[in-house]
Amino acid sequence: MKNLNLYNYILTIADNSLILAQRLGELCGHGPNLETDIALTNISLDLLGQTRSYYQYAAKISGEDKTEDDIAFLRIEREYKNCLLVEQPNTHFGHVIGRQFLFDSYHLMLMEKLQDSPDETLAAIAKKGIKEVSYHKRFSSDWVKRLGDGTEESNAKMQEAIDDLWHYTDELFFMTEAEKVLAEDGIGVDISTFKKKYYEEVSEILKEATLSVPENKYFAKGGKEGVHTEYMGYIMADLQYMQRTYPNMTW
Amino acid sequence: MSEKDVKNLEEIFEARIARDEKIEPKDWMPEKYRQTHIRQISQHAHSEIIGMLPEGNWITRAPSLRRKAALLAKVQDEAGHGLYLYSACETLGISRDELYEQLHSGKAKYSSIFNYPTITWADMGAIGWLVDGAAIINQVPLCNTSFGPYARAMVRVCKEESFHQRQGYEIMLTLCRGTEEQKAMAQDALNRWWWPSLMMFGPTDAESVHTEQSMKWKLKRKSNDELRQQFIDQTVPQADLLGITIPDPDLKWNEEKGQYDFGEIDWDEFWQVVKGHGPCNKERMNARVNAWNNGEWVRDAAMAYAEKNEKRKVAKAS
Ligand SMILES: [Fe+2]
Ligand SMILES: [Fe+2]
Ligand SMILES: [Fe+2]
Repeated sequence: MKNLNLYNYILTIADNSLILAQRLGELCGHGPNLETDIALTNISLDLLGQTRSYYQYAAKISGEDKTEDDIAFLRIEREYKNCLLVEQPNTHFGHVIGRQFLFDSYHLMLMEKLQDSPDETLAAIAKKGIKEVSYHKRFSSDWVKRLGDGTEESNAKMQEAIDDLWHYTDELFFMTEAEKVLAEDGIGVDISTFKKKYYEEVSEILKEATLSVPENKYFAKGGKEGVHTEYMGYIMADLQYMQRTYPNMTW
Repeated sequence: MSEKDVKNLEEIFEARIARDEKIEPKDWMPEKYRQTHIRQISQHAHSEIIGMLPEGNWITRAPSLRRKAALLAKVQDEAGHGLYLYSACETLGISRDELYEQLHSGKAKYSSIFNYPTITWADMGAIGWLVDGAAIINQVPLCNTSFGPYARAMVRVCKEESFHQRQGYEIMLTLCRGTEEQKAMAQDALNRWWWPSLMMFGPTDAESVHTEQSMKWKLKRKSNDELRQQFIDQTVPQADLLGITIPDPDLKWNEEKGQYDFGEIDWDEFWQVVKGHGPCNKERMNARVNAWNNGEWVRDAAMAYAEKNEKRKVAKAS
């Protein structure tokens, strides 16, 4: 593939949206009330829309006879490049919100940079994405505050979720080969430039939510290079079920 | 108020309905009207949110990204329908929490169709086509019902339901134009959903209670049997177009009546499911009760946070 780095770069961004949309899709109909159910489905839909735009672009530049669905459904697990954070399970609502908040904060900063990319397609997807992701971030950070500063029980649950998920935040800033090359070319974003800002901003919201900021010494990584948690296989089993069971059909 | 006054009010009330005027929440209404509407609207609202479950079951497994997004959007629409209908119901002086309580305790009913399992992707097609299709036939007349908030909610709901119906039919069409396996999947779904869809119109007219009052209040404009017939007459040609067979050997065009004759519905099965012993009654109810119970700490937190914020605002102002 001529544009292999660009192709991989697109997937590094898009796979996060796909897997998070998939996780949120599991919740549809099971939320704590109708309003949050609808809001989480909205976020899932936005992420899915972004995923499709990225994959359509990736399919085009692959130079092969690929479709968005081939990319979404027909890779092996090791080829998915999402970070470990987004594949973490919906253990309880605190985890759903925590995962969303930690991801949205990163995602928005990424989109804000990506909109200036000289690659017009990526810039356009990012520009459209900013509106959506700003809303996601407002939703998730409002809920972090509500749960953190709500009741004793909700504070404990929200803290538990943040403590569990913090472990996966460092990976957001791990740069793969493709990311390094594209950042150098000026087409991709050098994510290391906003790592500090990310932790500052996230910490500030956690403090406002009367939560403590974890002080981890160790972090997990691997997802961006295709080495996922044990959860991923089950996500794949659902995601790919139809395409694997009934290959080469139109739906 | 004397008995005579009430009688008078009731006459004025019935006359307004007869003139096709809308009754609004602040208007005087007979207690029976209020209770009947709470029952019907909440039952409808519950059906919308229980109805999210069988289709929600396939969101993570949808076969393409386009289908996944469409299914998510559809299930979300159903949540929206639930929301407008609960709001319409709340205008009658009952809270959403009380309505949920009635659902969870089994006091309130919901549409039995959602107690059937969704076991293949084709069920997403069959539900849209048949279940949303039957819902539209039941609900279009309600766009002109006498209670304003209900009528207005139904206008919005029906628009979206007909979109769902087309989308479901399109899933079926894609399957029927696909491989042998896909066509078999579509036929199997039709086999399983056909009879339960016919049951959505309720018992036969001979068995149906409180129809006359409902007709007067425009909660019902046609009888169960008339609506069922309308559904069959509309759906048979659609199945023909798909090239799949309706699982009823007695189904036959009756030239004289200008409608289809059809076979006997298994009313034992109908009552079994209505009484709570269908294939998924327990699972559906457990899913709702669990969502509600697991969400309690979240709702409590939101309330506590709102109260704290209110206090902070007051403290700041003073
Ligand atoms: Fe609906
Ligand atoms: Fe409905
Ligand atoms: Fe619908």
